[in-house]
Amino acid sequence: MSERFDRQIKYESDLDLNFAHQIASFPGGERIFDCIQCGTCSGTCPLSVYMEYTPRRIIAMTRAGFKDEVVRSNTIWLCSSCYSCTVECPKEIKLTDIMYAIKRQAIRENIWPKEFKMSPMMTGEFFKLVEKNGRNSEGWLMMNLYMKSMAVGDALKIAGIGMKMFAKKRMSLKTEKIADPAELRKILDAAGSEMELIKEGAKEVVHG
Amino acid sequence: MKYLYYPGCSLKVTGKPYEDSLLAVFNALEEEIEEVNDWNCCGATAYSAVDQMKAFALAARNLALAEEQGGEKAELVAPCAACYLVLNKTCHSIQDYPARVGLQVKRALKAGNLTYKGTVNIRHPLDVFANDIGLEVIEKRVKNKLAGLKVACYYGCQIVRPYAEFDDQHQPMTMDNIIKALGAEPVNWSLKTRCCGGSLSATVSDDALSLSRILIKEAKRRGADIITTACSLCQFNLECFQEKLKQKGDQPGETEIPVAYFTQIMGKALGIDEAKLGFKQSFMPLETLF
Repeated sequence: MSERFDRQIKYESDLDLNFAHQIASFPGGERIFDCIQCGTCSGTCPLSVYMEYTPRRIIAMTRAGFKDEVVRSNTIWLCSSCYSCTVECPKEIKLTDIMYAIKRQAIRENIWPKEFKMSPMMTGEFFKLVEKNGRNSEGWLMMNLYMKSMAVGDALKIAGIGMKMFAKKRMSLKTEKIADPAELRKILDAAGSEMELIKEGAKEVVHG
Repeated sequence: MKYLYYPGCSLKVTGKPYEDSLLAVFNALEEEIEEVNDWNCCGATAYSAVDQMKAFALAARNLALAEEQGGEKAELVAPCAACYLVLNKTCHSIQDYPARVGLQVKRALKAGNLTYKGTVNIRHPLDVFANDIGLEVIEKRVKNKLAGLKVACYYGCQIVRPYAEFDDQHQPMTMDNIIKALGAEPVNWSLKTRCCGGSLSATVSDDALSLSRILIKEAKRRGADIITTACSLCQFNLECFQEKLKQKGDQPGETEIPVAYFTQIMGKALGIDEAKLGFKQSFMPLETLF
């Protein structure tokens, strides 16, 4: 029977209590359980004022199993990887690496706030270009991004800057490439997957 | 000593004036520098947001190539902040996580017939200029003293955080000292390592804009004539959105200031022709400053 009102709190059965352990198994995530909730990360973060949940709350929610909220939050897409939090954390928690781990989860699940779609899209386009050519071609990255996103408004917003960059010879549509991208792909394929990383992580923790 | 040079993707296109001026300065200081053959992208912030293992393997290929080309104890100069960070992070992770990262990277490189023994030293040009070549040598080579020029030295995030050991993470001074050696005057300000917005300028440009606005306003308030940067994305964010800031209601001049690579300013002081320093590629003329 459907309930007349949406339940406003979460039951433990709705939570993913394994999520924090998964994050902790990635290189850099291991100290997540050391957090004392002091808030230094949020205070030092230049973008926390725009975030749905500050970095401190992200840690608390991750540990409490609020995986869906964390993965769907705009916080991870507002993190610019400036490493202020990582450097300031008194418990030496590598928060930037934790943000990356959550971003990877969001990308695997194909989930993000609509108004932030440009972020995972740019990440994806960059990944594809480099996998294909071994190098990024900045001109093509921006072209692909704005064509794919159909964000005409956004594209127009920066079109002027783009044209000026072309005029100043600081933007080009030449494809940058390494000698043999297939050779690089062999290396990337052999690098294994994240899931192996988690298994190996468990081993490394056990061995010391 | 011969240095190896890892340009990264940006220095070949948007950061071309950085590459041109950097190589011209090395040349003027009579230091040898050679590009790593067939280097690939470092992965920047995007690769580790998709797959951490592939990100390490991608960056490690460059380390293996540098070791092959430069022999043991190769000094690899990475001018771009993101490249500098990613290459350093890969070195640290290989050591700190031998099973998870070290072994997997080894296995990955093997698939491309490469090996990496772990001997490459990642260096930032700021570090090389100040600590290898030395401020006295630079000072002696100055042909045009930049007397009277007030410079806000902006380091950005990823050079001093979290791995660099050559400078302070909160109040770095390397660039300030170099600028002083050129005869110019570095202004005292506290936002040297505050984030410029990084790649958010492409994805959530309005929020990123407010970050660069804070930096430009403070640099101007401290009396700077110019901001110098050591990263192509910082340079782009600080210079190229100034018109946008005006459209958003900033008063004329309020957030207008030339933004150059510190190597362009070095080159000018060392007497290198402006054409070789990419002065014409700036949005705001740099010539008029001197």
